[in-house]
Amino acid sequence: MADTIATNADHHEEHPTGWVRWVYSTNHKDIGTLYLIFAVFAGLVGGFFSFLMRWELAEPGVQVLTALTGDNADAAYHLFNVLVTAHGLIMVFFMVMPAMIGGFGNWFVPIMIGAPDMAFPRMNNVSFWLLPPAFMLLFLSMFVEGPAGFNGVGGGWTMYAPLSTKGAPGPAVDLAILSLHVAGASSILGAVNFITTIFNMRAPGMTLHKMPLFAWAVLITAFLLLLSLPVLAGAITMLLTDRNFGTAFFDPAGGGDPILFQHLFWFFGHPEVYILILPGFGIVSHIISTFSRKPIFGYLGMVYAMVAIGFIGFIVWAHHMYTVGLDVDVKAYFVAATMVIAVPTGVKIFSWIATMWGGSIRFTTPMLFSIGFIALFTIGGVTGVVLSNAGADQAMHDTYYVVAHFHYVLSLGAVFAIFAGFYYWIGKMSGRQYPELWGKIHFWVMFIGVNLIFFPQHFLGLQGMPRRYVDYPDQYEYYNYISSVGALITLLSVVIFMFVVWRTLRAGEKCPDNPWGEGATTLEWTLSSPPPFHQFNDLPRIK
Amino acid sequence: MHTAPSNSKNNGFLVGLLLLPALMVGVAYAAVPLYQLFCQVTGYGGTTQIADQNNTAIPVLDREIKVFFTSSTHRDMPWEFKPVQASQTLKIGEQGLAFYEAYNPTDQVIKGTASFNVTPHKAGSYFMKIDCFCFTEQILQPGERVQMPVTYYIDPEIVEDDGLNDVTDMSLSYTFFLLEDEK
Repeated sequence: MADTIATNADHHEEHPTGWVRWVYSTNHKDIGTLYLIFAVFAGLVGGFFSFLMRWELAEPGVQVLTALTGDNADAAYHLFNVLVTAHGLIMVFFMVMPAMIGGFGNWFVPIMIGAPDMAFPRMNNVSFWLLPPAFMLLFLSMFVEGPAGFNGVGGGWTMYAPLSTKGAPGPAVDLAILSLHVAGASSILGAVNFITTIFNMRAPGMTLHKMPLFAWAVLITAFLLLLSLPVLAGAITMLLTDRNFGTAFFDPAGGGDPILFQHLFWFFGHPEVYILILPGFGIVSHIISTFSRKPIFGYLGMVYAMVAIGFIGFIVWAHHMYTVGLDVDVKAYFVAATMVIAVPTGVKIFSWIATMWGGSIRFTTPMLFSIGFIALFTIGGVTGVVLSNAGADQAMHDTYYVVAHFHYVLSLGAVFAIFAGFYYWIGKMSGRQYPELWGKIHFWVMFIGVNLIFFPQHFLGLQGMPRRYVDYPDQYEYYNYISSVGALITLLSVVIFMFVVWRTLRAGEKCPDNPWGEGATTLEWTLSSPPPFHQFNDLPRIK
Repeated sequence: MHTAPSNSKNNGFLVGLLLLPALMVGVAYAAVPLYQLFCQVTGYGGTTQIADQNNTAIPVLDREIKVFFTSSTHRDMPWEFKPVQASQTLKIGEQGLAFYEAYNPTDQVIKGTASFNVTPHKAGSYFMKIDCFCFTEQILQPGERVQMPVTYYIDPEIVEDDGLNDVTDMSLSYTFFLLEDEK
């Protein structure tokens, strides 16, 4: 695909050093690195919260969180809800999105399309530096009053009114709303940057239909962000004015309707889950192709499957709301539209398998994570088709079955894709290759751990255990205990991952330009490892 | 180093692409009146319909519907508010008259407004109100007790909707909210 030699010539411009290099950075690779570091940090915080929840849920009764609240049971109940809320918001807005879009997107989209940098380098800097204050606002919200007498937002990441309006008069919800505003602004600026870069700055010969799948995935994701995030911004602004300025968008006493918030939220929320997974689709496509030593099967089908998923993602939102009293015909539409998503998703799954078919497969760590992604994402997809039935959902709505479903597609899908991307590109990004044995140990421990957490939750859901509760009847103890053991194993895998990072950066072997051989065909493998501070002084030509 | 190939073209993209989210914020706010309009037109969520008062030629059919009346008040609302009759049975198309009673036990003048719906929700679009106390704000003097009328009928077109063949009774419910005076 690429018959180009990137220049590694000396540069004339001065390189900023020290903290100025990072804080003032306009370099897409440095900003990408900042995003990745931020995502790892946020992931550790969000992961720690989920571990606290699993620890509490290991046995019936409330015993762990009460230790944190000084034996105040009511405060412990609320703390659990705060942890649920913070875990969701952090993982969505401060872990997966920064890692996939800000991190890998910034690092590799410009390189893959043969561009010297992003279209708006300073705006890129703004995009990143909006995130830490947004995270701090969210973190701060956990320590100020939410509902009377308790600290923090306990309304879940969905923040349904009236719990988020009348139910939590303290300033915690306002801080969380502001946090989302800032994080949303960051993402919108980033999305504008990616779209402009991809449309305007491709190297000569790099037509859209020759563009690598990861760049396509980020392009589609950026459009989803532009169309969906402002609706969330509008909805939470209405929450804010309902709370503080006497409007009644969601207050029936003033002629409003709380269900409207759910419509607005899920009009954002459903595309958001595709925003989380589409870049992962791109990453996995590259890795499967590289380690099968074959071009991706059905390239155009893969591209337009992502376009189709992005489009349909906007017209299925009410499948999150089957229990609000929708008309049976409305439900029938949303059931059918939701099931249609399984078609382009199936195209992708089968194309990945067809890429591997007859290929010369090497089971390196990124390939293991990618194959793990396909298997686990498919499980999550199948339970998604189950849940898309309005009738079945009536029983399973807000049970652990739903929790298991979306963690299979996100926690095990998106996160596996992120780890796959990390192992695939860490040699390129840092110049040092990861230790293969420890990478594989990380994969297997994590694979066992997360499956042990989430597979039993299907059974809990089918038995009727509702989500977002700090306690449960004794009958649910068996599977909850297994699930919590899984959390402990996953915690171990996180420790192993941190060790891998430390070992790679400190004592990793020097990584050649292309450590993966002939399967790796995209432009980043034509550059040195790590790439020069400014690449493509002479634009590559794609034949 | 190359500068970006076409900075002016990039800036055009910037403006164009930032218009898109601005438009979507507008769409989010436009959803508020559109959603209300949608509920009124389709009877979504059991929103009842307002009958055209000049339409007198409503056929009365043989099928009967039993209408139950329920009431509730918002927790900030001190009024006592109850339906006078538990239910009424009437033929489809026949005009019904029901009363609700409200009592203000406080020593203050209180203004209220009622929201309403019909269950099953799918019947909302066939529940026609000719006149209702819920159309306007209500004011009760200290200690005042009033009976408030609702005149209504069931739209005969209900028999043509196969989805409502199982509906033999409906519940009309009102919730009274306190209207704070803006002073």
